[in-house]
Order: sequence, then C-alpha cells, then structure tokens
Amino acid sequence: MTGDWDLAEECAQDAFARALETWPRDGVPRNPGAWLTTIARNRAVDRLRRAKVGAAKLREVAVMTPDDGDDDGEGREVIDVDGSGVEDDRLRLMFTCCHPALGLEARVALTLRTLAGLTTPEIAHAFLVPEPTMAQRIVRAKRKIRNAGIPYRVPPAHLLPERTTAVLAVLYLLFNEGYAATSGADLVRRDLCVEAIRLTRTLTELMPDEPEALGLLALMLLHDARREGRVDDAGDLIPLEDQDRTRWDLDEIGEGVERLDAALRREQPGPYQVQAAIAACHATAATADETDWVDIAALYGALARMNPSAVVELNRAVAVAMADGPEAGLRLVDEIEAGGALDGYHLLPATRADLLRRLDRHEEAAIAYRAALALTTGDAERRYLQRRLAEMT
Amino acid sequence: MRYALLICMDEAAQAAMSPEEGQARMARYFEFQEQAGSAILAGERLYPTTDATTVRVQNGEVLASDGPFAETKEQMAGFYLVEAKDLDEAIAIAAKIPTAQDGGSIEVRPVWEM
Repeated sequence: MTGDWDLAEECAQDAFARALETWPRDGVPRNPGAWLTTIARNRAVDRLRRAKVGAAKLREVAVMTPDDGDDDGEGREVIDVDGSGVEDDRLRLMFTCCHPALGLEARVALTLRTLAGLTTPEIAHAFLVPEPTMAQRIVRAKRKIRNAGIPYRVPPAHLLPERTTAVLAVLYLLFNEGYAATSGADLVRRDLCVEAIRLTRTLTELMPDEPEALGLLALMLLHDARREGRVDDAGDLIPLEDQDRTRWDLDEIGEGVERLDAALRREQPGPYQVQAAIAACHATAATADETDWVDIAALYGALARMNPSAVVELNRAVAVAMADGPEAGLRLVDEIEAGGALDGYHLLPATRADLLRRLDRHEEAAIAYRAALALTTGDAERRYLQRRLAEMT
Repeated sequence: MRYALLICMDEAAQAAMSPEEGQARMARYFEFQEQAGSAILAGERLYPTTDATTVRVQNGEVLASDGPFAETKEQMAGFYLVEAKDLDEAIAIAAKIPTAQDGGSIEVRPVWEM
C-alpha cells in the first residue's frame, strides 16, 4: 500500500472513521470498498504532503499499488477496480502482523490492534500486562516492520503454506487466550473469542481454498458453542461430562459442523481439521455417555502423527481412558511422565489425579491433585482442583 | 533495501572438517554466489575468533586483548551485504547460504541507511 506502516494503518482507520461520519448522512456509496480505498489514499497523500516527504514516496502512495507482484505483465500497476481493495488489505495486514520475524506476543498484539481495532489499553487488559508494556510492544513491532522491511503483501505461493500456518497459529492463540484465560478472574474473556472468530471467518472468506482456515473456524465455533455450559454461576469450571448440554449453542454447533464438512470435502486433512473433528464428536453427543471415545482416541492418534506433541499424547491418554478404562489411560500417562516433556505442566498431574480418582485410589489421587494445584494459576481451575482434593481427603 | 547477512557457526565443527569437506563447502559457496548474482554487494569470509583481537578504549588508553569478549556457541564466520526487495527476499537468500543448510545460522540485519 503506502510502504509506511503507521501511515497505512492510520489512513485506513481514518477512512473507516470518515465512513462512519458520512454514510449515515449521505447514504452508503454504491461501492463502499472502492470508496474507502480512495479516502485512505487521499488521506495518505495529505499526510505525506504535510510531512514534506520526498516526491518518490508521494508517487508511491498516489498510485497505491496493490502489490509489486500485481502488475499486469506490462509493468503497469493494476488499480483495484472491483472494490475488493479493502478486503485485500485486510489479508495483507494479517500476513504482515503475523510475520514469523516478529515475536509471537508482538504478532498477537499487532493483530488485535490493527485488524480487530482494539485499543492498546484493551489489549493490555486482555493480556494482563501494564499498559506501557503493551504500548512498547506494539511500538517495537511496528518499528521492526518498517526497519527490517517486513513486506506488506500476501506471500507468494511457495511461502503461502508456511505463512498461513503462522497466521492460523496467532488466531488460535488469540481464541485460546480468551477461552481458557491462563490467569486472572474471568475464565472466558468473551471479547477475545469473538474477535478471533470474526478474524478467522474473514480469513476463510479471503482464502476460500484453505481447508485449515475452515478447520480452525469450525474448531473455534465448536468450542465457543459450549462456553455457556462450561462455567457455573460462581465462575467455576464444569467438566465436560457434567455440563448441561441444553446450554450449548446448537446453531453455533451446526455452523461448526457445516464448516468442518466443507473443509473435509477438500481432502487435505490438517491438525485444525482433526481437532475440529474431535470437538465435533463432543459437541454432537447428546449425553456424555454417548460420546464416541473410540473415535476421539483414534483422532488424537492421527493428530499426534501430524503434530507430535506430549500435550496431544496426554489428551489421547484421556480419550483412551474413556474408551478402554482408566487403567489403560494411566499407563499412557506414566509413559508421558517418564518422557519428561510435560514436567511442570499442571494438566499432567491433574489428569493423573482424575484417573486415580475414578479408580478409587483416593490417597494417590490426593497427592496428584496437590501437585496439580501447585502448578495452576487460573482461579477457576484452582477451585475445581481444590473441590476434587476435598472429595479425596 | 540492504541487509547484512551474518554467517554464524560453530568454529570447532569447522576446524574439525577434512580438507575435502572444506573444499566441497567452498564449492557450494561459489555456486551460491553465482546464483545470487548481483544481489550480493559484498561479502567476506573471516578468520576464526582465535585470530581475533578485541579493542577497547578506556580513559584514552587503547586496550587490545585476545579473542572476542563473549563466549557463545556460534561465532561469526563471515558475512554478505545483499540488496533485497524486502525481508522475505533477504530470508530467501540467507536460506541458500551453505552454512545455513549445514546447521549454522544466519543473522539478517537491515542496514541503517543514512
């Protein structure tokens, strides 16, 4: 766009602000996208003139090239005429904000600031860091985009799979941060989940051929649909088996399953699609007893092959315990513990504790619950573990 | 934009190379340079840190000492100065440097244009 990050972002925001002022008064223009691009371009030219920058930069802005790679083959730059410019810009922004050369925290913060339009105080609040810390993080990230020459464009085909994975990872992290708050009082920070779903939905519209984007959207919807049943009135976590399934959002589950089916039809399975399939098994079971644990255990097996990780193995252990009994699950937990990769991860002793509890081995379970408590920071999760511990002693 | 590509590697591993392995590595470097062509503005291989001298000035007095100050696992073994359209292009060039493919790492540093 303008090659100057701050400028591009501000002008886009200005354009949206202008739209909010003038559209109610003058009506929505026939081609809103083109209108916004024009306004943003004019604003950029204004600002650059005021800033007395060089003529080269002004020219660059004046043509507002969609991308260096988007010329028409004769060296002329193609100006977007179909009005999709603003949406293309959103996709470019996503890839720039989620560039692997930026630290993960910076990617998340920038995505929220630039794409979700959250203010710096809002982002600082969501991630429980002081405002100046978050402001610094965003300033540094923007400075790196400019100084290091991080491109403002959708990556070329050979980089696309890797970079798309990076974008999806940021969106998923954003959702998870909202869904399972790692610390602090509210277990579900609704606004982060809403933004993550909105941005992922946008991504699926902009990249309709990417089944993993659809898979991620399905995964988020299927999790989000269960949020009302997930915590009780006191804000405490309710385990899946005890949740009141009538409180689950059936429309959202329906949409999640639909998106998952659309993704699976492309026959390019990936980790998000598999995780969505697991979530669908849970979300579509009428009662906890009807959950197809054999299927879920197999899906975790598939996930572990795509994405080898001890956390996935731990989830598989839980599914196996449900399908074949707690002892079978416990054997897998022992193996994971011996591997040492999850040392210090609270869900490892928490899982062991739950399996021991179901085997009525109360004393051992109590030890494991205490170990889990020592590693857990989230208030609601702590209360759940304390309640279970009290049952064991 | 101009970028400095700092080639970092374990000097001990380099020293342990046989002459044939060293020559094979050099051949790959020549091939890389040919492919990169005019994108490479400058580049040099450096002698190891055991041949380096660290210079400091304290109260107007020049203090020269043996070797580099920091003890790190990887040392800078050479560098290129390249011209690239953006960071992605610089990363693509860096990834083709033989040392990057042999377990070393390349630090991509944008040049501060005055």
